Amino acid sequence: MTDNLQLNAEGKLKHFLTIEGLSRSLLTEILDTAESFAGMSEHQVKKVPLLRGKTIVNLFFENSTRTRTTFELAATRLSADVINMNIATSATSKGESLLDTIRNLEAMFVDMFVVRHAISGAAHFIAQQTAPHISVINAGDGQHAHPTQAMLDMFTIRQLKPDFSSLRVAIIGDILHSRVARSEIQALNTLGAAEIRVIAPKTLLPAHVESLGVSVSHNLTQGLKDIDVVMMLRLQKERMSSALLPSESEYFKCFGLTEEKLKIAKPDAIVMHPGPINRGVEIDSKVADGPQSVILKQVSNGIAVRMAIMAMAMQTAPAPGRSGGIHTIPGDRHADSLSASGIHTIPGDKGVA
Amino acid sequence: MKIRIDRGRIIDPANDIGRIGSVYIKGGKIVSVTDEPAGFKPDTVINAENQIVCPGFIDLSTRLRDMGHSRKATFKSEVRAAAAAGVTTMCLQPDTVPVIDTTAVVELIKELAEKAAYPKVYAVGALTQKLDGTELSSMLSLKQAGCIAVGNANQPVKNLLILRRAMEYAASHDLLMMFRPNDFWLGNNGCAHEGAVATRYGLPSIPEAAETIALAQCLELAELTGCRVHFGQLSCKRSVIKIHQAKKYGLKVSADVAIHQLHLTENDMQPFDSAYHVLPPLRTEEDRQYLRQGLAGGTINSICSDHQPHDLDAKLGAFPETEPGMSSLETLLPLMLKLVTRHAITLEQGIACLSANPARVLRLNSGALTPGFSADVCIFDPELEWQVNTENWKSQGANTPFWGQTLKGRVTHTLQAGKIIHRL
Repeated sequence: MTDNLQLNAEGKLKHFLTIEGLSRSLLTEILDTAESFAGMSEHQVKKVPLLRGKTIVNLFFENSTRTRTTFELAATRLSADVINMNIATSATSKGESLLDTIRNLEAMFVDMFVVRHAISGAAHFIAQQTAPHISVINAGDGQHAHPTQAMLDMFTIRQLKPDFSSLRVAIIGDILHSRVARSEIQALNTLGAAEIRVIAPKTLLPAHVESLGVSVSHNLTQGLKDIDVVMMLRLQKERMSSALLPSESEYFKCFGLTEEKLKIAKPDAIVMHPGPINRGVEIDSKVADGPQSVILKQVSNGIAVRMAIMAMAMQTAPAPGRSGGIHTIPGDRHADSLSASGIHTIPGDKGVA
Repeated sequence: MKIRIDRGRIIDPANDIGRIGSVYIKGGKIVSVTDEPAGFKPDTVINAENQIVCPGFIDLSTRLRDMGHSRKATFKSEVRAAAAAGVTTMCLQPDTVPVIDTTAVVELIKELAEKAAYPKVYAVGALTQKLDGTELSSMLSLKQAGCIAVGNANQPVKNLLILRRAMEYAASHDLLMMFRPNDFWLGNNGCAHEGAVATRYGLPSIPEAAETIALAQCLELAELTGCRVHFGQLSCKRSVIKIHQAKKYGLKVSADVAIHQLHLTENDMQPFDSAYHVLPPLRTEEDRQYLRQGLAGGTINSICSDHQPHDLDAKLGAFPETEPGMSSLETLLPLMLKLVTRHAITLEQGIACLSANPARVLRLNSGALTPGFSADVCIFDPELEWQVNTENWKSQGANTPFWGQTLKGRVTHTLQAGKIIHRL
């Protein structure tokens, strides 16, 4: 049921809630579409009119800077009208329920929700409850999924290492609480990665983690052998107080990525991190800023990948072409006249802004 | 009022009766299940041909809501659901609003039950005041007011010294303690079984050990204090093994299982479908198998509904934020019969688990068609199919994962103390 919830009757993307249940060809289509958007950032006019007249609400029940900003940029580059709602400090603190918040926004003729929420399953719930014309993009729900992060990481990996079938990937850190890890594992498995290893102490691994299709190591030095991609996860400071770990320094000693430990991985291994990074806790600054790090590339890629997912969910994506299908879209050169004032000129706009 | 129930297949496990015949009722009591008493002229005759006639069901764990929770359900709605389910006696768990920790609340419940006028409702008194696990309730007063047992419902008694003293005190007054084992800390505010499914969906999880450790501690205290303990709503394999060992060792303990635990597992749980949000959580196929075997072998002697009706809002949200529990009175019989068709238990065992055995746990003179007992009788058609839908459903809570499904087996008549309280 959850698998179908994401797809419309034609099998096209409607909501983007989790990687689970999506086919390899669909994930590849997302990556290919993203590629056609990727060059855009260097254009003088960084806009296409694919979502002109559409209203997107960034509904963030949890604080976020990076994810929200890249979603916002992605939406504006698609010429959509964007509203940011920081609900963490808004309606729900007045006792309004999640459902009421959604219903109210629906009544304002919104076309898409980008949702981040602290509870697993929140994005599914909204997708189930919302009006049929609205698409829901999961920007992270509890410990469940963060599928756009996973896709931008797949995109980054593919740019540097195009053959997934030969890849050995290590995911290191707090797997237990990580929605990023769950989505990465599903995406890597769907795209056919050769091996996924999770490396963490038992306190930071969920029960039956092997059932996700990974091998397990509790030792970073052993676990990094033959690895092509090193994915570090952020360690939340509150894990110390909940008795999951003794101290930051001991964690760094065992699981922190240093230059020396990185040498155990393959010489051309890349280092990734979904951010924000804790320097000196899970990763040494020399590695984070070093030549093998692609952490900032991940951030840049986030815009193109989120553009692709938003356009696909609204059924307005260009046919994916590996080289700049974007240039052929008519209206591109007029795009900058549509920005903030676009609302006055577009017929049928509901005047939400 | 004299009633004769004709030509039904009588199954009365306590009296080892299993044959076609008639049941004679007079003055609210069973008169005979063998020969027609001399000069018996019935006012009413119920034709039970092709149906099964058995003792009315006794449910060891029910919530009827009402009072502070009347938006979820009321005594009026739920006793009708109970009657339609063949249930003639229910134990009301103490986590009502307000909590059943004073005689005034017990009186209020008696009053509500009398007004609703259907199955017999017994209150289970709170083991600790406000169920907060720190101070003992006035158990003797609660007993004298009519509480059939004491318990702390789903609330933890975190401090074992307090649990020990509560058990000692209950034992002093020969009170049964109903105990749902769950270690608060290990439970860690989880909402799903700690297994592959919760891992995949990133749901806060509850390990079996949360149940088995609390169970093991309570078994030790049962031996130490001599308190009679009934363990409620067991959910996993190792609990069944522990109860089996404790009984073999000689402890006077008993146990029940909620009907849905005998059918559903974590794999049935559609991701994020709040209808499957129950506590203890749905566990694995292996656990379900052990629970069924525990029932067949007598380690677990009773099946309860663990009925927990909810309003729509309680189940409308992201899975971990919804309230746990199913509305499950009306699916009790068809799901029990499904165990019989799956050869997990015999029909006689199933009926005993719903009547004679819980009566024994509660030391009630009921749960059997013994002459002189209150005429609490359930008559059901084991072949009758019905759909779980608004038309057929009586409970105010529609929170069941079986909604829309067609189930087999339906109660046609329920008699409580010789009065027909449900007729299909």
